[in-house]
Amino acid sequence: MRKFLAIYNREVKSYFSSPIAYIIIGLFLLITGVFYYLIVTSFVQYCMRADMQAQYYRMAPPKLNVNVMAIRNLFQNMSLFMSFFLPMITMRLYSDEKKTGTIELLMTSPITNLQSILGKFSAAVTLFLAMLAFTSVYMILLFIYGNPELGPVLTGYLGLFLLGSSYIAFGVFFSTLTDNQIIAAASTFVFILFFWAIGWVSAMVSPGLGHVLSSFSLIEHFEDFAKGVLDTKHIVYYLSFITMGLFLSFVSIESSRWRGR
Amino acid sequence: MIEVQNVTRYFGRVMAVNDVSFEVAKGEILGFLGPNAAGKTTTMRVLTTYLPATKGTAKVAGFDVHDQSMEVRKRIGYLPENPPLYQEMRVRDYLDFVAKIKQVEPKNRKKAVDEALGKTGTTNVDNRVIKTLSKGYKQRVGLAQALVHNPDVLILDEPTVGLDPKQIIEVRELIKSLAGDHTIILSTHILPEVSMTCERVVIIDKGKVVAEDSPDNLTKKLSGSMRFKVVVDAPRDQVEEKLRSLPGIKKVIPANAPGEKKLSTLLVEGQGKEEIRPVLVKSIIENGWNLYELTPEGMSLEDVFLHLTTKEEEPVQ
Ligand SMILES: Nc1ncnc2c1ncn2[C@@H]1O[C@H](COP(=O)(O)OP(=O)(O)OP(=O)(O)O)[C@@H](O)[C@H]1O
Ligand SMILES: [Mg+2]
Repeated sequence: MRKFLAIYNREVKSYFSSPIAYIIIGLFLLITGVFYYLIVTSFVQYCMRADMQAQYYRMAPPKLNVNVMAIRNLFQNMSLFMSFFLPMITMRLYSDEKKTGTIELLMTSPITNLQSILGKFSAAVTLFLAMLAFTSVYMILLFIYGNPELGPVLTGYLGLFLLGSSYIAFGVFFSTLTDNQIIAAASTFVFILFFWAIGWVSAMVSPGLGHVLSSFSLIEHFEDFAKGVLDTKHIVYYLSFITMGLFLSFVSIESSRWRGR
Repeated sequence: MIEVQNVTRYFGRVMAVNDVSFEVAKGEILGFLGPNAAGKTTTMRVLTTYLPATKGTAKVAGFDVHDQSMEVRKRIGYLPENPPLYQEMRVRDYLDFVAKIKQVEPKNRKKAVDEALGKTGTTNVDNRVIKTLSKGYKQRVGLAQALVHNPDVLILDEPTVGLDPKQIIEVRELIKSLAGDHTIILSTHILPEVSMTCERVVIIDKGKVVAEDSPDNLTKKLSGSMRFKVVVDAPRDQVEEKLRSLPGIKKVIPANAPGEKKLSTLLVEGQGKEEIRPVLVKSIIENGWNLYELTPEGMSLEDVFLHLTTKEEEPVQ
């Protein structure tokens, strides 16, 4: 545990002592902020138009749901941007150690590969949580000026957390494969896109096959969270995805010892 | 303390280390000498548990590097070829981190870090960010990293690379002072380093051990044939030609110091153990030259090294 914490603390410090963490968080907030603004203003405009129509036809104003029409949309956008930003967080975790040779220190110290993988994974997740925490400002604003339901917001965040952790677990894996950070980030991104694309393809093929495919899709499992539905099958899916990523990292590090690079 | 038994390591089809065996006793300094690509780093990586051996076993402090790697890791300090430094960290924070992962007790950690800084002369840069240090200081921090947990065994891969002459001497002194408490293997291709610091040398070439002994013994064994320095006041070519034609002479090597015009210096090597001095002196006098100097020359470790690794003659046992 102490050694896990040593790795974890070093990684977290190194994130926050370089400008990269701030740039990534800043860009993420900027881009989600822009979409937040667009989504909320179009929702407000839509509400006003609906109200006017209702007055014109002398009907009761319709009850429009901010959860369904704005927040869900925002979550979906965030899940997309994460696929772009999280690989930038994970890319250096192992590739940099390979490049500078510090991996030799790690792998000749009395720490297990599992301790180092979990330390690094948790550090990246921590940075990711900081990112998510900042976006809660957007939600708080909605609660101040409107009356959304809390439930779907919480499940949405849980979904984002699980989805993001899955990205990170595979980000760790891809960074064990190369000493080049750009390659690590790009392959993580392509991998995530592939698991998204499975979802799109599943809509086009026959229903039977489509069902199987969509059960593998990273994003299909997120839909329910965004809707406010909490289903253990989705949680299990993401947890297995994370475990898989970490397990592959472990195998990759072990086998690189045998190969010698 | 360290036992290496028939270790062989392949990279794909390349055989980097070929059936290497040697032992290092407790408190000893062993020099690991060899030209580029001889397999020094690879052998050290096997010893430090970084790389598994393809064949053979190695033990450190009685623990197998493969089956009991965590026990081995607790007991070794390793300075790899490129010091494993986190460039963006401060020196003290870095050593503190290393102390943590090397299982130094929290209450002893500050002391351990201070001692490592002190021993390597880096106390004055302890608050600097590593990437702003000069190469020599980075190398020292690398050494401090290997020492911080006061390990039984130190494995140093070319520890003096990149240091200035004064630092080299300091580091060698440091390494010498560490022997006794620590068992040390250091690799190098700088020969004087070995004769100055090590009690025993293993010479490795193309993955194989070609010789193993103390530096003195190695030079003695090889200079089974006697070698002399001859200084004469005659043109070098003439002297060289004349001496070469004498019986019992194997080799004549011109060795004039630069700028030396009047005198000719030559190194003369005899065949076998026969005394060649009388023959030399007689011939020089007969030619009417004046003999200024005739002194025995031991073979330097350089000669031994070249002799062993270039294979112009039969290998020595
Ligand atoms: N990771 C690796 N993958 C493939 N080949 C390797 C690897 N590491 C070493 N080799 C090969 O093994 C041989 C021995 O290399 P090694 O680094 O052990 O030599 P060395 O004695 O340390 O040389 P130097 O003095 O240059 O450091 C070389 O031919 C090298 O190319
Ligand atoms: Mg080497």
